[in-house]
Amino acid sequence: MIKLNVNGKAVQLDAEPDMPLLWALRDLLQLTGSKFGCGSGLCGACTVHLNGNAIRSCVTPLSAVAGQNINTIEGLSEDGSHPLQQAWIEEKVPQCGYCQSGQIMSAAALLKNNSSPSDKDIDQAMSGNLCRCGTYPRIRKAIKNAADKMGETS
Amino acid sequence: MSNVTNISRRNFLKAAGVTSGGLVLGVTVPSALPVWAQTAASDDGFNVFVQITEDNIVHIVAHRSEMGQGVRTGLPQVVADELEADWDKVNVVQGLGDKKYGSQNTDGSRSIRKFYNAMREAGASARMMLEQAAAQTWQVSVSECEAKNHQVRHKKSKRTLSYGELSKAAASLTPPSPKDIKFKSKDQFKYIGKPLTIVDLPDITQGKANYGIDTQLENMVYASIERCPVIGGGVKSFNAAATKKVKGVIDVIEMPKSDLPPSFNSLAGVAVVANNTWAAMQGRKQLKIDWDLGPNAAHNSDEYLEKLKKRLNEDGEVVRNRGDVTQAMATHKEQHSATYTIPYLGHATMEPPAATALWHDGICEVWACVQAPQGAQQTLANTFGIDVDKVKVNVTLLGGGFGRKSKPDFVVEAARLAKQLKRPVKVTWSREDDIRFDYLHAISAQRYTAAWDKKGTVKSLRLQSAFPSLMSTFNPAADRPANFELGLGFGDIPFAVENLRCEKHKAEAHMRIGWLRSVSNIQHAFGVSSFVDELAHETGRKPEDMWLDLIGDDRHVDPAAEGFTEFNYGEPADKYPIDTARMKNVLRRVVKNAKTKRRLPKGEAWGISVHNSFLSYVAVASRIKIKGNKLTVKEMHCVVDCGQAVNPDRVHSQMEGSMIFGLSLALIGNLSVKNGTIEQSNFHDYPLLRMGQTPEIHIDIIESEALPTGVGEPGVPPVAPSITNAIFAATGKRIRDLPVNRHLQV
Repeated sequence: MIKLNVNGKAVQLDAEPDMPLLWALRDLLQLTGSKFGCGSGLCGACTVHLNGNAIRSCVTPLSAVAGQNINTIEGLSEDGSHPLQQAWIEEKVPQCGYCQSGQIMSAAALLKNNSSPSDKDIDQAMSGNLCRCGTYPRIRKAIKNAADKMGETS
Repeated sequence: MSNVTNISRRNFLKAAGVTSGGLVLGVTVPSALPVWAQTAASDDGFNVFVQITEDNIVHIVAHRSEMGQGVRTGLPQVVADELEADWDKVNVVQGLGDKKYGSQNTDGSRSIRKFYNAMREAGASARMMLEQAAAQTWQVSVSECEAKNHQVRHKKSKRTLSYGELSKAAASLTPPSPKDIKFKSKDQFKYIGKPLTIVDLPDITQGKANYGIDTQLENMVYASIERCPVIGGGVKSFNAAATKKVKGVIDVIEMPKSDLPPSFNSLAGVAVVANNTWAAMQGRKQLKIDWDLGPNAAHNSDEYLEKLKKRLNEDGEVVRNRGDVTQAMATHKEQHSATYTIPYLGHATMEPPAATALWHDGICEVWACVQAPQGAQQTLANTFGIDVDKVKVNVTLLGGGFGRKSKPDFVVEAARLAKQLKRPVKVTWSREDDIRFDYLHAISAQRYTAAWDKKGTVKSLRLQSAFPSLMSTFNPAADRPANFELGLGFGDIPFAVENLRCEKHKAEAHMRIGWLRSVSNIQHAFGVSSFVDELAHETGRKPEDMWLDLIGDDRHVDPAAEGFTEFNYGEPADKYPIDTARMKNVLRRVVKNAKTKRRLPKGEAWGISVHNSFLSYVAVASRIKIKGNKLTVKEMHCVVDCGQAVNPDRVHSQMEGSMIFGLSLALIGNLSVKNGTIEQSNFHDYPLLRMGQTPEIHIDIIESEALPTGVGEPGVPPVAPSITNAIFAATGKRIRDLPVNRHLQV
């Protein structure tokens, strides 16, 4: 049994230690908000937070996160009220939406560490997240929008 | 011509799963079959598009597939506008695959074009019936009743009744006949022409949106399939001993081989079924399979491209002719010729193909991210020898489509396994599967030859195109471009050159060829727009002036008069003429918006391209910077004329996305084939554009009252040539063979 903490809840998984966290989340915990895009850490669709830091769950085995705190898109807020989620709505970011969970989670990690990211900071932090639909310009805008929001409340 | 019918009382609604109660309106619409479809023609049945229930909710069916283009919002907002519904009280319901909806083939950038009027009729008819119901309830004249914002108001007494309250009474009325329908005028639009947010937006931001790959059913198992690496091959033998030892693996099942042509058949291989996706993938790695690779194992894309280019040295089959190109070339000795090539390309949707199937109660039910649910129904019916009515297709959201998910081969896979295992089975494709088993955008070679007189007027233009046809996927005899594929930017070019000849050349297929966002417009726009730029430089003209010269006077172009009839995307030319004025307009506008004439630092330059496709007109101007061998795309301007824009924000986002999609194919898109197998496998060797490579993008939508035309695809074709034209302007180096990263560091 592998124990870990997902979105503030303790879970026990009957799974092989080499199972990537992504498949444990999706198939064993029915948390399908984190997406499968490549299985090789190349696209970022699977991005979740490990103790607050962005990781690619498709290449992170359960053995590496046992006993740790995992937060997924489902746990980013109770009700969609995270400033990034609000900004995403204001800027009308998504097209198909499939990559967006990963985009938002990467952006959330960025803003946690950098409350006023420059374009270069954004490029760097977000370069691991692919979007085939081409929403990058709006993602950039939404990150700056959210940074402003978060700046206002701090 | 569409026709609205009141079907509130019909018994079949219960069987269709529509909860009874309230007003239900159906709209019969003409079927819009793609050339290659085999779906049954639509009968005169009714289509459930609008339902108003007594709890005051308006349910609108989205019958087209949502893959990011915004159709799940765009068509319902048209209904809601004419209906005077409160958008906050509208519930959008995704339609099942059902021929009663008319065409559900979500490809060809035609959802709005095909259904704009039908949706207006549905909304307007419902509005009028609600007013009539109110008039009857209050015993007043209907002219005193006004439907506004989800209720009907009696103008004199100010009494109101909500749509919910009126729905039962309205359900017993007859809809107005088409000639009596009162439509809103443009200044009355509340939602049409407005940038409404997409209906799934909150869910997407919270990870609640459900795509094909997210389907979960009780008792479901997971499958991962090892497919024969070459199209047309099959399994000779396999050993699954090690596979069965992998924890979680339940079963190993051979997937049968189908005869070529591939159509939408599932590919031959071996499926591993397990109680989670990871175990299935791990089990699959342990398979030992002996393949009979079949007839396409000698296909190499490099060699094949050389073969295509050699064929361009011969005379092709003439598909359009004006004047006498041969004579003109004998007369005018100032000539220029160029050959352009593009490799195989793949769709690479972020959500790989995935489908879930369950056979129960005598039916085959599937849940899948499909662009053509009726095509999926028909394919499953044909594969299993059952009635189409015994196939139920639930359409999920699509994590990208671009044409890949029009082909339901992956749905057939799930259905086969589910039938055998008698429980729900979800098949998930890995990224490697997606890259290697795509229906490819055809590899292509084209040659353009022009001759001009002493004044520099182009007198002759010979166009030659060679690429394996997508028809080869369905017809073994299809060994050259089909005319409808040439109608995409080649046979329909609007140039006023005195002598013009379009020829097609033989090109047999060795891979599964499909259709990728904008289809053969990709190579034709690359060829035409590059060649116009080359001619400009050859004759000492600015590119935009060359374009204007070649396009010529304001007029409607008629390729049919010159023997080429398969153009215009299935629409009559008198309704949607090829309008040179609109083409020149977007060109002039992009030059103005981008300020392409301004002085740029050394190493920077603009390139332009104009292309009409899917009945829309798009011009792109791209500014690039070259430093040493490194290319950076700095800025792009796109001007689009798509007629009436129903949701301008979605038009804007589609154009932005098209610029980025076009850059991926132009700069880094290359699928190479060796011994019948695609060499690439994931995003490290089939890369896509990333945030840091994205330029500043400016989109300008022409204000127009013309009929709405294509939006999803027309932005893509002009991108690649705008880039290579800019590179030439900056360096004098002409790139004719994509992708750009063969020549420069990107």
